[in-house]
Amino acid sequence: MKISRRHILVLLPAAAVAWKHVLAGTPEDAPNYKLSEHWWGMLIDIPKCIGCGNCVRACQTENDVPDGFFRTWVERYHVSDYHLENPEVISPDGGKEGFPAVKAGEEGKFFFVPKMCNHCSDSPCTQVCPVGATFVTPDGVVLIDQQYCLGCAYCVQACPYGCRYIHPTKKVADKCTLCYHRITKGLTTACCEACPTGARQLADLKDPKDPIHEFLKTHSVQVLKPQMATGAKAFYNGLDGSVR
Amino acid sequence: MSGLKDAGHLFRFLGLFVIAFLVFWLIRGYVVPKSFGEYGHYRGAAITDIANHPVKFAGHQACEQCHTDIADTKTKGAHAHVNCEACHGALAQHANDPTSMTPVKPDSAVLCARCHTASAAKPKGFPQVDIADHSNGLPCATCHNPHSPVIGSDAKTTDAASATAATGGAK
Ligand code: HEC
Ligand code: HEC
Ligand code: HEC
Ligand code: HEC
Repeated sequence: MKISRRHILVLLPAAAVAWKHVLAGTPEDAPNYKLSEHWWGMLIDIPKCIGCGNCVRACQTENDVPDGFFRTWVERYHVSDYHLENPEVISPDGGKEGFPAVKAGEEGKFFFVPKMCNHCSDSPCTQVCPVGATFVTPDGVVLIDQQYCLGCAYCVQACPYGCRYIHPTKKVADKCTLCYHRITKGLTTACCEACPTGARQLADLKDPKDPIHEFLKTHSVQVLKPQMATGAKAFYNGLDGSVR
Repeated sequence: MSGLKDAGHLFRFLGLFVIAFLVFWLIRGYVVPKSFGEYGHYRGAAITDIANHPVKFAGHQACEQCHTDIADTKTKGAHAHVNCEACHGALAQHANDPTSMTPVKPDSAVLCARCHTASAAKPKGFPQVDIADHSNGLPCATCHNPHSPVIGSDAKTTDAASATAATGGAK
């Protein structure tokens, strides 16, 4: 192709803008973020979770989540040897301030399960939206356009994992954005940043260098409610069969 | 020609349709945002809107650039994988402009207990203590250096622990 004067006229400013971003260089500017180069998910490593609630608090701070509502929360399961299928589940204030202690020698087993939006690739919640206000982005994150949302709450009902709520003052649907404003800048999510044990790890499935690939190869990993075929991308390691 | 003789009303009707379509098309062009349909059946610009939310947790890389001494201590200690803001809270404002705010020092008596309070629900390998029994009501930072908590892992904690032990603080 011959580059005409007209082409240069168009290309020069574009190049200048691109170069300005390269010069700026900080992850904050996210100049090189391409939607097509990422496919986000989350690894949740249950045997590592200590139920400290750091993730819940970090999420509320980072995303101004109103009190009493949760984009992520932690549940504590008590599976009794006598009722394997009916675990007792508690989540006081989403596990924000931790959990009551359990004495050694208590019957049954205890473990913590952090919950959050599964960022499903075939999400039921996006399919029911009547106005196109919620969608799966090309990089695999389920987001809400709060300017478009009517607050009809169809999606709140459609989510099999209970991860959505109607914001009490904005009156529109709200949910985990996988800290989209952070991951597009090269940072990890607030919950992962605050997790002390690595029980939560952001995963980019399109990045061949991401440790998630090695992890998935070497562990038995599950998603929640696989029978719903939602294409969930919150991968749980060490998930007990009693978890719903 | 004669076949169309009585068709005038049809043309008027068609005209009405054309006008209605044009009006619809104009209104639609006006109300539907440009970026609608860019990636799918939604407003493409919503993605950018969400990506522009302010960041509140600066990330440990930012802290480590300035507080190199603490970062060095921490990477050698048991809290190597615990990020700064897991204990200090969201500090992007401080990281962007340290003079704009001075972070409060976390109260170790509350902070450490969140993670280390003994509970059978926690994974077995995780170091846990019975707080009341273990610290005797003293703030944990009297004996432990929060940035390198194993006692004796640096000079400071050895001194502090033996000093408290000498004054009868230790159990
Ligand atoms: C741009 C450099 C810079 C960055 C980045 C930075 N700090 Fe600081 N920090 C400082 C300076 C300078 C002070 C002293 C300010 C003062 O005393 O008013 C300080 C003070 C502090 C203090 C209080 C110290 C005291 O004596 O009370 C804490 C805690 C702290 N920083 C934590 C952090 C954390 C956590 C991060 C990461 C989110 C961070 N800082 C990022 C420069 C930085
Ligand atoms: C395990 C929790 C924890 C982590 C992780 C942690 N801090 Fe601290 N930090 C504390 C506590 C507690 C204090 C208050 C100590 C005291 O009361 O003397 C403190 C004090 C400080 C101070 C005040 C000066 C000092 O030395 O007492 C600075 C600065 C600081 N931290 C920076 C950092 C930075 C930077 C990181 C990450 C590299 C970090 N902290 C990670 C718990 C933590
Ligand atoms: C956000 C959670 C968190 C907080 C808060 C926290 N720790 Fe830790 N602590 C950890 C983790 C994670 C480890 C590493 C455990 C491991 O190696 O498996 C650890 C390890 C330790 C160890 C080493 C235990 C051993 O035998 O290896 C000590 C001692 C300790 N912490 C004391 C403290 C003290 C004192 C404080 C308060 C200043 C504190 N921790 C605050 C998460 C935390
Ligand atoms: C009077 C001094 C003192 C105080 C105060 C103190 N510790 Fe310790 N702590 C020790 C000593 C000594 C050890 C044993 C040496 C070691 O393992 O580092 C220890 C060990 C630990 C361990 C490791 C236990 C294990 O199983 O490996 C943890 C966790 C811990 N302390 C947490 C805390 C917390 C949390 C507090 C505050 C509530 C606290 N400590 C207050 C002196 C103290």
